[in-house]
Amino acid sequence: MKKKMPLLEVKNISKYFGVLTALDSVNISVQENTFHGLIGPNGSGKSTLLKVIAGDHYPDKGDISFNGNNITKHSPELRAQNGLNLKFQITAIFPELSVYDNILLSLQSSESFWNLVLSKSRTLFHDRIMDTLERFKLVDRAGSLAGELSHGLQQWLEIAMAVIRKPKLLLLDEPTGGMSPEERRATGELLLPIKKDCTLIIVEHDLEWIKDICDNLTVLDQGKVLDDGTVEHIESSQRVKEVYTSRV
Amino acid sequence: MSTIIKKTNLFKAIFNKQTRAIPIVEILLLILLIVIPLFVGDFLTVIITRMLILGLLAISFELCWGYSGIMTFGQGLFFGMGGYAVALFANKADFVQLWGVIPIGIIIGMCASFLVAWLLLLGKRPPELIFIALGTLTFSYAAERLVAGWYWVGGGNGMSIYEYLRIGSFEVEPGLLFYYIAATILLLVYLASRFLVKSQFGLVLAGTRQNEKRLAFLGYKVQKFKALVFCFAGAIAGLGGGLYAHHEGFIGPGNMGIGISTMAVIYALFGGAGSLIGPIIGVLAIESISFTLSDIDAVRGYWATILGVILLVVVTFKQDGLLGFVVTQRERIGTFGILKSTEHKPSENSQHLKNEKKDASS
Repeated sequence: MKKKMPLLEVKNISKYFGVLTALDSVNISVQENTFHGLIGPNGSGKSTLLKVIAGDHYPDKGDISFNGNNITKHSPELRAQNGLNLKFQITAIFPELSVYDNILLSLQSSESFWNLVLSKSRTLFHDRIMDTLERFKLVDRAGSLAGELSHGLQQWLEIAMAVIRKPKLLLLDEPTGGMSPEERRATGELLLPIKKDCTLIIVEHDLEWIKDICDNLTVLDQGKVLDDGTVEHIESSQRVKEVYTSRV
Repeated sequence: MSTIIKKTNLFKAIFNKQTRAIPIVEILLLILLIVIPLFVGDFLTVIITRMLILGLLAISFELCWGYSGIMTFGQGLFFGMGGYAVALFANKADFVQLWGVIPIGIIIGMCASFLVAWLLLLGKRPPELIFIALGTLTFSYAAERLVAGWYWVGGGNGMSIYEYLRIGSFEVEPGLLFYYIAATILLLVYLASRFLVKSQFGLVLAGTRQNEKRLAFLGYKVQKFKALVFCFAGAIAGLGGGLYAHHEGFIGPGNMGIGISTMAVIYALFGGAGSLIGPIIGVLAIESISFTLSDIDAVRGYWATILGVILLVVVTFKQDGLLGFVVTQRERIGTFGILKSTEHKPSENSQHLKNEKKDASS
């Protein structure tokens, strides 16, 4: 039987910041409609890898292929237009715009210049925006300034901004950072239904949470892949246990 | 007594920060714009016409800085180029028709701003704010020096236009008719700019100002959006320059250099950046104060110093400008979607959840 082509393939990626090696010949492969977790101690290169995939940093070596295309040198705009979206570690919303306008801004990015100038699509997008706000429990705050939301709601808003665009691949950098246990549980519940349409790569420190939500995990340590495989495989990996018990 | 209460309520309605104050300010200014020449003499009408033309320059800066985060010190360059272009047409080709002066100013301003945008904004990497500020400043300074040393365009003496602007065979002298032409053009430019910044395109600009990097990760080609606004603003400045040259009958190096570019910045900051009406208020306020102070015998010798102190005080202590007294920051940014107020009331579902939480806690 022919093996299904992965949605994302990171091949021998290395990234250096001066003398520091942030990533050292990293290889990962992510299948479509799966949730893939990146874990590892602080400074292991998880966020750098996510930024390299999203185009925030360009790798010094190696290639990235997404949906069969080599995107190593593509700009972040081009990657986003092709269905690759990033949710930043530090919440990156537009604080002086309303919650509704944040979602609209995200949704209308593929509109033509004249559609934007003539405001042709805002009526068409309205129902979709309201549905997304409802789903992410933000509908009551639609008219509020995004900067006035609590940290947890801001995180949800940013995830909603990414999800409404129906990306093929969504990169989430610590989506539950700064959230209460209750909010973390709710975030997991919000993410699970998108699996049928979208592939996720998640960087997260909360191991219990990421084990519950992800199908596969890659463990990074000092810029290298320590181990990868299914959640069960990682849980039983002796090498991973050593790293976590010694450094985390 | 009831009249006093009614008046107080009206004042509150106008200046209450919860109400939308910008439309009220716009309507008041529009009424003032229509009636003021009927109450002042020809001399003052000419002075106010100059203010309206400078209003175009102020709007062009505001579109760049207040709406798109492009710190430009180059609007004077496009203003001056528009002015020089129509002066050359007038002196070398005897062409002074209004129907030609308007497009000449617009096209020259747009082409010049496109060239600057191509060099400064459309590089491989997004340029830093300071790079654009210093780049446009350098262009403006270089252009001023260039025309000051170029005999064909009058050198340091500038160029005079000896013929009046014409509509067909009818001459438009500076005065009432020129005033209404300038006012109409300003109004049309204002409405076009307002339409643009309130559209979905305006939402992209609002995003650019707040988090440019994030916008790129949403798939927007941010620099192209900036370049488009820069060219639109350049066209407005060029149009202003063309009208200015005909109104004053003169254009010189000082009308395209750092001085006038900086004045555009000060108009916006003084009136209130982040809105289109603020810079126009800034022009009217600064030019009126200058005119009044320079006409008072007691302060004639040092009126410029007093003006400088007033500008410093307002820009330092009232950073949202004069408009900040009546308009909130929230109103300046505005909303872009079609969300109705009834649509963001707590839904039944969330109310139900809240009730559940209450029950649980009790």
